[in-house]
Amino acid sequence: ASGAQGPALVEGVGLGMAGADSDDSLYPIAVLIDELRNEDVQLRLNSIKKLSTIALALGVERTRTELLPFLTDTIYDEDEVLLALAEQLGNFTMLVGGPEYVHCLLPPLESLATVEETVVRDKAVESLRKISHEHSPVDLEVHFEPLVKRLASGDWFTSRTSACGLFSVCYPRVSSTVKAEIRQHFRTLCSDDTPMVRRAAASKLGEFAKVLELEYVKSDIISLFTALASDEQDSVRLLAVEAGVSIATLLPQEDLETLVMPTLRQAAEDKSWRVRYMVADKFSDLQKAVGPEITKNDLVPAFQNLLKDCEAEVRAAAANKVKEFCENLPEDSRETIIMTHILPCVKELVSDTNQHVKSALASVIMGLSTILGKDNTVEHLLPLFLAQLKDECPEVRLNIISNLDCVNEVIGIRQLSQSLLPAIVELAEDAKWRVRLAIIEYMPLLAGQLGVEFFDEKLNSLCMAWLVDHVYAIREAATCNLMKLVEKFGAEWAQNTIVPKVLGMANDPNYLHRMTTLFCINALSEVCGQEITTKHMLPVVFKMSNDQVANVRFNVAKSLQKIGPVLDSNCLQTEVKPVLEKLASDQDMDVKYFAQEAISVLSLA
Amino acid sequence: AVSLASPQPALEMSAISASEKVDGFTRKSVRKAQRQRSCQGSSQFAAGSSRPAAPEISALPQLKDASSTEQHELFMQKLQQCCVMFDFYDTVTDLKSKETKRATLSELVDYVSTNRGVLVEPAYPEITTMVSTNIFRTLPPSENPDFDPEEDEPTLEASWPHMQLVYEFFLRFLENPDFQPSTAKRYIDQKFVLQLLELFDSEDPREREFIKTVLHRIYGKFLGLRAFVRKQINNIFLRYIYETEHFNGVAELLEILGSIINGFALPLKAEHKQFLMKILIPLHTAKGLALFHAQLAYCVVQFIEKDPTLTEVVVRGLLKFWPKTCSQKEVMLLGEIEEILDVIEPTQFKKIQEPLFKQISKCVASPHFQVAERALYYWNNEYILSLIEENNAKILPIMFGNLYRISEEHWNPTIVALVYNVLKTLMEMNSKLFDELTASYKCDRQREKKKEQEREELWRKLDELGLQETSAIQNNRHEIQFTYSNNNNNNNNLHDKDENPAAAITDRIESNTWAK
Repeated sequence: ASGAQGPALVEGVGLGMAGADSDDSLYPIAVLIDELRNEDVQLRLNSIKKLSTIALALGVERTRTELLPFLTDTIYDEDEVLLALAEQLGNFTMLVGGPEYVHCLLPPLESLATVEETVVRDKAVESLRKISHEHSPVDLEVHFEPLVKRLASGDWFTSRTSACGLFSVCYPRVSSTVKAEIRQHFRTLCSDDTPMVRRAAASKLGEFAKVLELEYVKSDIISLFTALASDEQDSVRLLAVEAGVSIATLLPQEDLETLVMPTLRQAAEDKSWRVRYMVADKFSDLQKAVGPEITKNDLVPAFQNLLKDCEAEVRAAAANKVKEFCENLPEDSRETIIMTHILPCVKELVSDTNQHVKSALASVIMGLSTILGKDNTVEHLLPLFLAQLKDECPEVRLNIISNLDCVNEVIGIRQLSQSLLPAIVELAEDAKWRVRLAIIEYMPLLAGQLGVEFFDEKLNSLCMAWLVDHVYAIREAATCNLMKLVEKFGAEWAQNTIVPKVLGMANDPNYLHRMTTLFCINALSEVCGQEITTKHMLPVVFKMSNDQVANVRFNVAKSLQKIGPVLDSNCLQTEVKPVLEKLASDQDMDVKYFAQEAISVLSLA
Repeated sequence: AVSLASPQPALEMSAISASEKVDGFTRKSVRKAQRQRSCQGSSQFAAGSSRPAAPEISALPQLKDASSTEQHELFMQKLQQCCVMFDFYDTVTDLKSKETKRATLSELVDYVSTNRGVLVEPAYPEITTMVSTNIFRTLPPSENPDFDPEEDEPTLEASWPHMQLVYEFFLRFLENPDFQPSTAKRYIDQKFVLQLLELFDSEDPREREFIKTVLHRIYGKFLGLRAFVRKQINNIFLRYIYETEHFNGVAELLEILGSIINGFALPLKAEHKQFLMKILIPLHTAKGLALFHAQLAYCVVQFIEKDPTLTEVVVRGLLKFWPKTCSQKEVMLLGEIEEILDVIEPTQFKKIQEPLFKQISKCVASPHFQVAERALYYWNNEYILSLIEENNAKILPIMFGNLYRISEEHWNPTIVALVYNVLKTLMEMNSKLFDELTASYKCDRQREKKKEQEREELWRKLDELGLQETSAIQNNRHEIQFTYSNNNNNNNNLHDKDENPAAAITDRIESNTWAK
């Protein structure tokens, strides 16, 4: 041992084991802290992410007495490092010695909750919320609540913003005097000078209301809600809408009309479209919160207005809610309300000038048929479906097609099939490959709904045409589609209708099409079963092992590996093995590689 | 979601629009298709149906033909007439009335700019009402939420034929020699300014240009509103930086601030310094920096010129927010740093040279040649060169390693050539130090490598410890910790830790794991 280590170590030597705890200190923490201070941000970040490892190495006591003070003192770093730190500290309770000591984590988290960068602050608040539950009621009042108060009265807006998220976690577990203080702090923040703070308060208002006693919801929260909902900034007002929904769920029915409805009505007619958008977006929640009577009297006209709003954004948000709104209408008057109030607006939206509105509507409109029943659907909805199926925008048509199953249950798909077909064909040939891809994905669904005859007659040729699409993703999806069709229609259907066509492509002059044959075989062998595979597909695969293009040949090896499990062992030994062996001595290295891989996977060596 | 602007990022619409599912690339194409409608109305008009028609307005007699007694009354009437709003979306109706209003506005512009004595007190509320009615509105949602001002055409305000004249009129009003701020302040108040500031988000650059001048005049004439204006601009910036990352008028606001900063009295107030550090510096992190960097850099340099003692915090701030992945922004920041260095005082330079040149050294070694090139151009700047020369003993060792390495490794021949020149300049500055650095280059590299290996080893051991501890945690934490510290201490004595601290800690950890 050398004395150069400094007094701590010398003492350690002298005292031996007894002094172990105190001596051992300085040195390793210095090393670890060096890591946390490394000049390279990436290394610093890595170290912070492993902070729990460092804490483990130090043990609980030294984590409390050395590591945490260091972290608290040196919080000036890149936001990315701070973010990692804020996250780590949320999981540190055990590492500082359990709930009894969890308050040691508060000082560094408090600093983190005041930094500028929102992401860091939010993470610090999240961690604080997490560890608040680990505080005993006493610790909560002695350590946690004072922290919340400090943050709430901080100079710079960041700390006040963070405080907003902490009230609701401590409120339920503190004494009534402290509760009163907390309510007072929240009130102050709701009328803060800085819009950022008011936004934070507005976004936490609903959450805070939930933990308050009902009397205070009525006395405190309502006035705060009313004030925030008429804030000068629309960004604050729109957040109040969501809070309003939460508050409405807390109040008894008889108070709703006087306490929240005036404000919500005003929000639905706000001059800023952002606020109206928010109302539209939260409409279903709102409907549930206020109950059937208010829905009938207030929400129906409000919803009509939103569907007719002058901004497309608002109309689209409302259109998205049409089905849910109708579904949740009180049963006794549901049909009347839909037919007389909602449907006329829906009809107008079908020919809206904005494609997003139309497509939002198209994604839900089919759902109305189950609510309205067969006769109404045929008479009123069907014309709308048909109009949307002819819409100029592919997205609208796709949304209709993707929801066909709803209509099928009510009126059967036949009613639509005449219009459906041209729409499908047009989408199938759309210039954008992603549109084609989307319609392929609906093919199995359509096939199931339309039945095998209709399919063979009208759609089969489309499915085959996709196999030779010039975009790989389409060919790949088409292959997968075939497999799903066979699952639906059975192996016999496959043998008669698609297998011959697929195998025919093996002679195509384009090697990409020849490869498609192999990909189809990969997908189909299992669903088609051993017999078809051995009898019809395998010979074609063997033949292709002599293809002049190496890509085809190594795909033969891959195919054999893939379909091997479907074949019987005799066939594998006598037929597959020789072909793979030949490929394994191919002059192309990739062919060799995949042949050898197949041999070993199929255990043919 | 495709072109539906969500009202707030935190509340981003959760439903992915179908077209996104369909085609991740539609954004551009959809947007281009929409371009046919490149004008949009303000949110106040319903698109199409069910709007009550605007009352028809008919032309009043010309102001210049009226007798002086009637003139004022006529002026008031015309102002009221201009409060009637027309829907410019609709290009067929109200054509005559629209033309009447246009002609009236244009006459009003002439009237307030050429005549003296027309701004009597009762005119002030009428004028502000007319202006407010015409320009204050909720801006419509952007048709294109990822509007890229560098690439896309902005959506222009449809009612511009009227609105332009209203702005014009308002400016002439503010600039009229008879204009009395003391009278006007009752009408042009905080609420008015707040609404005006929100219009800076307009996508129409013509409108922003007018508002900029208007706000500048208001800031100049209404001393009582100055602090309020600055605070609200701060709020806009903070929301832009930390919440929405979307605001069209950042460049215009910074331009106004540039001239405001110019007028700050010395010593600078704490409020102004806070603005510099908490807003201007973090603005550099914004995604859209390219759109307002020139104005931003101007503001920053203004501050440093006013008060050179701010140099250190500014430079350290910029280094903290140095772009990690965006080379374009890196080039911009290098430009800004050069602007700062152009005006830096030598004593201030000494305070920041080390962290600054560590960053410059990284930039010089950037694989992106534009970044490397921009950094190497510093050596063409006479003043910077003199600063480097004066402090070469500090700067040379920082720069040398990377310069030497990329002179051999960089893929771009232009960079290699520039690096040779820089190395030559540095060698001429201090050939003795240069030779020493060349000689020790290899050793230094090896030492670094060794250190790196030791680090890895340290972490490997720590990780092992972590794994074992976690698995043992349920069994008995206390016992483990006890053994752990005892063993550590025993082992301490057997090692000479001076040479290799990392090895020491890992060794004792090893003994600990062994003990278990």
